Amino acid sequence: MSTRTKLLHAGGAAVAVTLALTGPVHAQAWEPTKPINFVIPAGTGGGADQMARFLQGVITKNSLMKQPLIVVNKGGGAGAEGFLEIKGKSGDPHHIIITLSNLFTTPLGTGVPFKWQDLTPVAMLALDQFVLWVNEEAPYKTAKEYIEAVKAGDDKKFKMGGTGSKQEDQIITVALEKLTAPKKMTYVPYGGGGAVATQLVGKHVDSSVNNPIEAVSNWKAGKLRPLCLFDGKRSVYTAKVTATMAWSDIPTCKEVGVNTEYQMLRGIFMSPGVKPEHVAYYVDLFKKAMATADWKRFMEDGAFNQTFMAGPEFTKWVEVNDKLHYDLMKEAGFLAPGK
Amino acid sequence: MALEEIVSLMHGFSVALTPFNLALMFIGILLGVIIGVLPGLGGANGVAILLPLTFTMPPTSAIILLSCIYWGALFGGAITSILFNIPGEPWSVATTFDGHPMAQKGRADEALTAAFTSSFVGAFVAVILITFLAPLVAKLALKFGPAEFFAVFFLTFASFIGMGKGSPWKTLASMCLGFALGSVGLDKMTGTLRMTFGHEELLKGFDFLIAVIGLFGIGEILSSMESGLKFQGAQAKIRFDAVLKTWRKLLGYWATSIRSCIIGCWMGITPGGATPASFMSYGIAKRFSKNGDNFGKGEIEGVIAPETAAHAAGTSALLPMLTLGIPGSPTAAVLLGGLMIWGLQPGPMLFVEQKDFVWGLIASMYLGNIAGLIVVLTCVPLFAAILRVPFSIIAPVILVICAVGAYTVANAMFDVWLMLVFGVMGYAFQKLGYPLAPLVLAIVLGDKAEEGFRQALLGSQGGLGIFFSNPLVASIMGLGLILLFWPLLVAMKGRLGASAPASLATAAVGAATGSVAAPPPAIASPSPPAVHTPAVLAVPLIKPQQSEAASPMAERIRVLERENDDIRTRLKKAGIDPSLGTDTDEARRLQRLELENVWLKKLLAEAVLAGKS
Repeated sequence: MSTRTKLLHAGGAAVAVTLALTGPVHAQAWEPTKPINFVIPAGTGGGADQMARFLQGVITKNSLMKQPLIVVNKGGGAGAEGFLEIKGKSGDPHHIIITLSNLFTTPLGTGVPFKWQDLTPVAMLALDQFVLWVNEEAPYKTAKEYIEAVKAGDDKKFKMGGTGSKQEDQIITVALEKLTAPKKMTYVPYGGGGAVATQLVGKHVDSSVNNPIEAVSNWKAGKLRPLCLFDGKRSVYTAKVTATMAWSDIPTCKEVGVNTEYQMLRGIFMSPGVKPEHVAYYVDLFKKAMATADWKRFMEDGAFNQTFMAGPEFTKWVEVNDKLHYDLMKEAGFLAPGK
Repeated sequence: MALEEIVSLMHGFSVALTPFNLALMFIGILLGVIIGVLPGLGGANGVAILLPLTFTMPPTSAIILLSCIYWGALFGGAITSILFNIPGEPWSVATTFDGHPMAQKGRADEALTAAFTSSFVGAFVAVILITFLAPLVAKLALKFGPAEFFAVFFLTFASFIGMGKGSPWKTLASMCLGFALGSVGLDKMTGTLRMTFGHEELLKGFDFLIAVIGLFGIGEILSSMESGLKFQGAQAKIRFDAVLKTWRKLLGYWATSIRSCIIGCWMGITPGGATPASFMSYGIAKRFSKNGDNFGKGEIEGVIAPETAAHAAGTSALLPMLTLGIPGSPTAAVLLGGLMIWGLQPGPMLFVEQKDFVWGLIASMYLGNIAGLIVVLTCVPLFAAILRVPFSIIAPVILVICAVGAYTVANAMFDVWLMLVFGVMGYAFQKLGYPLAPLVLAIVLGDKAEEGFRQALLGSQGGLGIFFSNPLVASIMGLGLILLFWPLLVAMKGRLGASAPASLATAAVGAATGSVAAPPPAIASPSPPAVHTPAVLAVPLIKPQQSEAASPMAERIRVLERENDDIRTRLKKAGIDPSLGTDTDEARRLQRLELENVWLKKLLAEAVLAGKS
């Protein structure tokens, strides 16, 4: 019976949250006065979805917040649906959103009327890594051999599977193509990272740039082989994942002569026009969540780069990366008309 | 090999069969049924809302609770489909085609029992499959690339084509409108927006649920209002022996059940999913059934086929989720999120690293389904009694539930307006004789089919040969093509055989449809009773040597006549003289049928004449 009451409560709360536009705001030590609307600008099952639902779990389990946290997927238009919703909740501190690279790529690629400045940056929770994966049965053992194989093969014969179109996976693919020139790869977009990993196991594509968490299970099972990590330095996780390898044993792409780096933001933003004490509340909340053992395990499972940032430092980082994405996408010809 | 699985399963039962877990099972089923009844809330939202409650439980108990909510929601979806013509989930759409007409005829209890029992049978067969074939099945799923996915969707569309009852052009128009609506939003292949015309509301495209709640739910209320503000199922009797009676009836449809189980399991394993499975199963059952022409008017077989297949597919789809880590449905995705919080990593290693959990889950599938069947079957008379509530009370309630459901999908008021627009559209479609099913099918599967098609062509650099490049994809495509051109093939076979006296095909079809001896000139190009041929194919059928007895129209007339007789007898039993006017819905229906009958006869006569001259 009690479960049912809670269900009804939570359901009613979900409605209440979006109906009310403003809540009373206290000057000091602000706390939410109604349920928090936690938007995921992506579909179910992906990396952002997993992290948001995991955070919801950690916050609920450890009673870090008095009000319930309600997670909603708004992935329409490559996440534009979610961003536009938060943009429209100006001044209301009960709406937060988890972002991935589509914070930058979606407005640039689709031309929807949105830019990151329309949101209030809260904190960077972590950076998600990218790894070059091939099927375990593939002949190339290193990234170098892989690049050589693409070069030696027919143009466009080599298939790279990735999540979405004109987004991070394809940006990395275009960067790799600088090394395989004049040969190009064929980029095949799929709905989600899990599907990409499975397609690679089934040999329907030749390689992928899956995030660690999307491919780790198939790596453990001996189906996929990591070639290199798209980061400046190796992973810090030294516990063995497979019988012989830990995340830290994967060479960086730089080490093997593939000069491409890319990491993806996993950060929290909130509605525009909120007060500093609102932002401070969420920074504190997520700091508490990140101090739990559950979160540490989650970070290690997904081999995340644990960089925490908030305040002006974070805003600066977002600014720099927005510019970086603009340049990358311009070079690749991914910009929407008028951008 | 098999022994090892049985031992593991027994171990699983010992994990699942604690009083605490059993209690969770029944709570889960009850919650699930409630969630399933509310359209829009749906299994995914229900599981998401309840997920945090399970964090304090051991993982096995938590997954038992959550998966039982999932089963309950699956059972619950059938209730609104049958009673109010509102499918809560994509795979319940096909259940409305015959389930709702049955309810309108006062046979809601039968329809519900058939639906629940079929779901159970489908799910149970699939669980057995999971138990013994898990590793093999996981391997098959890996064989599915974009071309194979497209082939499965193609097969679904093809097996569905014969379903339109009216003009085949109307079916085509309806389907194309569905494709157009389905393509609004982000084009996943190029990452650009299309057909949004700068409107932010259209970014996310047209959600299936909003379309269906409007087209079916609101549309139904509008037509009920027109026909006198009452539900035709109002005279539903509450029969407590309905369950047993229906079960006896169901035994006669064992062939349909087995076929639907096979379709469902196959579609679940090859990750086609429950929705294509239910449509495909319905289409194929219609084609092979002796009563194919009665499909859509309240044929119990039309409930059995989609329900069995949907649940066989829904259950066997859990397997790819566990072994590959790909969620087969939004609900499965939320469950996946849950797994991670409990520290379980879905994927090939789950079966090795978390034996307790996996076998506990599989055991709970057996137990949860049995618990679910008991719960819902005992409630059948209760559910059926809902239809006795006066329309003036229930209609506003349904309207509110529909509106809340549409709102819940994306917490957007725009969707509620959209739902109303779809409602008016559904009503207009009904009035103009445009079928809704192809529209819905195209909205649900159109973009997935497009995605598979374009991904495959990207890989092959434009070569269509990819769709026939290996035995797996070639056989699925081949099967699809055969189903698509089945009416034409039969017609050609008939023509070829026509030179021989009394061709086998004519005799066979004549016998199957129970037709009276075909009058000369009986050189037939017969079409099987279940097939409504598209116009292009239908044209040759009304050519000179058309057998009057075996033509689709003559068959339809016979059905109408049979129905007229049936209604007359029932009216007589109820003490109503059918000639006495139009007080009752049945009398009105009879009049309409008779009019249609006269008109059809005239048409047929003209066609025969035109052929002879």
